[in-house]
Amino acid sequence: MSLRSPLGKVIGRGSAKQGVSHWWGQRLSAVALAFLGLWFVLQVTGLNAYDYDSVRAWIGSGVTPVLLVQLIAALAWHSALGVQVVLEDYVHAKAIKLAALVASIFFHVFVAVAGSYAVLRIAFTTT
Amino acid sequence: MRQRPLSPHLDVYRFAYTMATSILHRITGVVLSAGLLVLVWWLLAAAGDAEGYAGVAAALGSGPMQVLLAGWVIAFVYHLCNGIRHLIWDLGYGLEKAEARRSARWVVIATVLISLALLYAGFVLRGAP
Repeated sequence: MSLRSPLGKVIGRGSAKQGVSHWWGQRLSAVALAFLGLWFVLQVTGLNAYDYDSVRAWIGSGVTPVLLVQLIAALAWHSALGVQVVLEDYVHAKAIKLAALVASIFFHVFVAVAGSYAVLRIAFTTT
Repeated sequence: MRQRPLSPHLDVYRFAYTMATSILHRITGVVLSAGLLVLVWWLLAAAGDAEGYAGVAAALGSGPMQVLLAGWVIAFVYHLCNGIRHLIWDLGYGLEKAEARRSARWVVIATVLISLALLYAGFVLRGAP
């Protein structure tokens, strides 16, 4: 038995490969975070001090801001995909589920934009 | 319509600790998602002026926040270790029951050891943030 629709057969373009995009995005961001996340935790727990100047000097130095922006992007993406699955699995009231999914997306876009903005602002203002 | 049981039928299974590692992956994931707010709060404070940062640093250095930060470190390490276990499963390895139980034990052992090392480095050696 073919699972393809009659229209799909006639047009004959095959799969758009979009069906597994959520699954694939979750894994891709997971691999990125295995490296970036471990790097971040080691860096932060290894800082000598957490005062204003020390933290800014660390964030603005060398390749750190580049990796931090990548970390924030991967975190927001991975977290958005994960929270989406949790909401879909456990929130059953339709209206609340929709509101929660929208709120989650807004929250994660905010995290990505605000986090990147903060890192870049520090990187461009420290010398 | 009759109320029929919905899957997953959690109450018909005998408890196995691989269930605990599974649900803990989701719980730590959600906890870490909430932690994003603290990460952004800290970064925005560092991007602002020194007085504002001092206030945020003092809040992060308070007793309850220190406990939360330690909790986030442990949640991160667990989610990382168990996430690697999931990625290995995705490659098609370690899916037999005995293997899954064994890897669950390794995840717990690795989480305890790595968390202790990180918390020792972050909180004991260097002092609070």
